[in-house]
Amino acid sequence: MNLTLKVWRQVNPAVKGKMVSYHLTDVSPDMSFLEMLDVLNEQLILDDDDPIAFDHDCREGICGSCGLMINGIAHGPEQTTTCQLHMRSFSDGDVIDIEPWRSGGFPVVKDLVVDRSAFDRIIAVGGFITAPTGTAPEAHAVAVPKQDSDAAFDAATCIGCGACVAACPNGSAMLFTAAKVSHLGLMPQGQPERDARVLKMVAQQDAEDFGGCTNIGECSAVCPKGISMETISRLNHDLLGALRAGAVPTS
Amino acid sequence: MRRVTPRSPGYHLGSGHTLFSVATVTTQQAPPRAPKTGRFSSSVVKKAVMAVSGIIMVLFLIAHMIGNLHVFQGAESFNDYSEWLRSFGEPAFPPRTLLTAIEVVLTISVLAHMWAAYSLWAQARRARPVAYVSKKRVQQSFASRTLRWGGTIILLFIIWHILDMTFGAVNPEGTDSSPYDRLVASFENIPITLFYVVALILLGLHLRHGIWSATQTLGQTTKRRERSVNAIAIVFSTLLIAGYLVVPAAVAFGLVD
Repeated sequence: MNLTLKVWRQVNPAVKGKMVSYHLTDVSPDMSFLEMLDVLNEQLILDDDDPIAFDHDCREGICGSCGLMINGIAHGPEQTTTCQLHMRSFSDGDVIDIEPWRSGGFPVVKDLVVDRSAFDRIIAVGGFITAPTGTAPEAHAVAVPKQDSDAAFDAATCIGCGACVAACPNGSAMLFTAAKVSHLGLMPQGQPERDARVLKMVAQQDAEDFGGCTNIGECSAVCPKGISMETISRLNHDLLGALRAGAVPTS
Repeated sequence: MRRVTPRSPGYHLGSGHTLFSVATVTTQQAPPRAPKTGRFSSSVVKKAVMAVSGIIMVLFLIAHMIGNLHVFQGAESFNDYSEWLRSFGEPAFPPRTLLTAIEVVLTISVLAHMWAAYSLWAQARRARPVAYVSKKRVQQSFASRTLRWGGTIILLFIIWHILDMTFGAVNPEGTDSSPYDRLVASFENIPITLFYVVALILLGLHLRHGIWSATQTLGQTTKRRERSVNAIAIVFSTLLIAGYLVVPAAVAFGLVD
């Protein structure tokens, strides 16, 4: 396969970036998208050029490190992570636009790498439970209804890749926040902090220059884990319930 | 492999340098931003304000649409209905009590809806300071995409509609006329009727996404209900807008004159 790649090149956050075209020949359809970029980078290095910076780690679709806007769709044409996208999804002669996630909360570090520590700060304000230390409690001591544990597990599959933010026309991180809020909120262990958690995490998502959710559904459509819009509905329900119960938003 | 465009600015040349720079890219931790603590600064609360004010306006739209259908019972019935609205509750209450109450509630709803919309629009603008070079739509509906501009056009229409039908300021039948004559005079004017039809279709699209969105915002949707909520939104907005559009259609085809 021969491809033309238009890649966002940006030296550092302070410099304005731009799209740069590269031609790549002899791409195997069995390569993953990241392997294709590796091949391009090897050639750039041999040409004494600056290789393209992009995030990646496990390359098996579970860590959430990789994430590129490919032809205007987060993670590209398949609903999976960029590392699990293969070149067989493209055809010979294609022109592929590759951009970083674009969001006020995800400043570009270099080329295709964005700083996603805003997600860490959302987690830090409430994405945890308070549990006494010591030996692990007996697993059957607290019964969890099957329905709740399934829903909590669906939410917990979120790998925090940021595709929801990248795809959202409002640049909202509500699907991520909702997944983190509800996977704890559905479990008995998550109940003590349930009200405070949702208020703090939503306040932090708003403070990180992410947008508000208008229920358009682009996030769920590109989520590699297929986390549904129901999760956001559950977050809204929890937040309004917390305010009715008299919980006060605090920083 | 061939490179087409020139090198990016700030590029440093030097043998071996590029290999090192791969390993030395570090992530700078941005300073943490303090979240706002006000109840109404939460984007979810803003959405809830939008949902509740929207529901109030939808209830009004249902009543208004049914009221309009009196036009098919003739001029007298339509004018009597209008008079009944004006004198509702008399003599226990002063004239226009019901209408004033509706006007106050609707004005508050419209203002709250606009405040939430503006505030969320401003937040969404901050959330994407650099636009994508290429961005595709994966599943979003036309209705959800036209919500903000549609809402603005609907607002302009409401202002026109009040000047036309309530105050008669821009109506050929003027201020002293009966509501039936005003209605006929307005819909016999083709540009005004077209504006009415366009605004009503935009309102239908607005409601198609709005009803789904309000249900979602108030935390009432589940994966199982998602399809039926969307189906109800489509059927309801189609029926409502059809109910409004039969009136200008009847005037155009001479059924009402």
